[in-house]
Amino acid sequence: MSNTKPILLVEDDSVDAITVKRAFDDLGITKSLVHLTNGEDALEHLENEVNNKPSFVLLDLNMPKMNGIELLRAMKTNPALRLIPVIVLTTSREDRDVIDSFDLSVAGYVVKPIDYTQFVETIRTINMYWSLSQLPVKG
Amino acid sequence: MRNSKPILLVEDDSVDAMTVQRAFKDLKVTNPLAHSINGEEALAYLKDESNKKPCVILLDLNMPKMNGTEFLKVVKADDALKKIPVVVLTTSQEERDVVESFNLCVAGYIVKPVDYKKFVEAIRTIDLYWTLSELPKEKVGDQNVEHETYIASRG
Repeated sequence: MSNTKPILLVEDDSVDAITVKRAFDDLGITKSLVHLTNGEDALEHLENEVNNKPSFVLLDLNMPKMNGIELLRAMKTNPALRLIPVIVLTTSREDRDVIDSFDLSVAGYVVKPIDYTQFVETIRTINMYWSLSQLPVKG
Repeated sequence: MRNSKPILLVEDDSVDAMTVQRAFKDLKVTNPLAHSINGEEALAYLKDESNKKPCVILLDLNMPKMNGTEFLKVVKADDALKKIPVVVLTTSQEERDVVESFNLCVAGYIVKPVDYKKFVEAIRTIDLYWTLSELPKEKVGDQNVEHETYIASRG
């Protein structure tokens, strides 16, 4: 991608997080991946000014403590965070989750493929799109 | 895209609009392309219930009457429209435009490539990404859902 800001992955499932990291490696994506396991930790990380703001967030929905929708709501009401694009990456195909996410202006809603090859293709497409797009947080 | 809903292009430059149409054709994107020439016309299109809601809006920024940013402000304040993803497609690389657009929660900000081949690649990437992404289904109460329900209840 055109800047060096990290990508923030918010994911409670450690296997899924490892799969994302592995796909990044296999695709030669050199951007750093910051991984947090729930919305509460992610919000704390985002609000702490010591941390570099991510270029975008990959967000799971079903998580303990603070789930994805709750984090989204908190981000979109915070002027310092609302401009960061959030892409939902989840196993949920529920219409309710899709509608809630787009009502909170997510910048994409991707269902995790089970097959690893398809998972890599998914990450490739997300990376291509967000490399093409300008980003509000410059590196 | 995986659906057959229209894509709404809001673009005042007729050459740019033709280029998008040509790229759609070359890439065999089958979604109908609805074209409005400014924000005001696009809003009228979106509010007209006889039109199908688009799955994605491709939005130019610099336009007469109502520009892209003004259009975005109205769309994002409207409960019926705010969930439609809006992708900015512009010649402006101004940091201010990028930040303002993301503050209004756009789902991408693409600078139009001047070269046609690169332009086609940009449209291909946009199409791939929004084919991969789920999109909000229209809620019950929206016209075509109602129609389907009506048919089902008759059967």
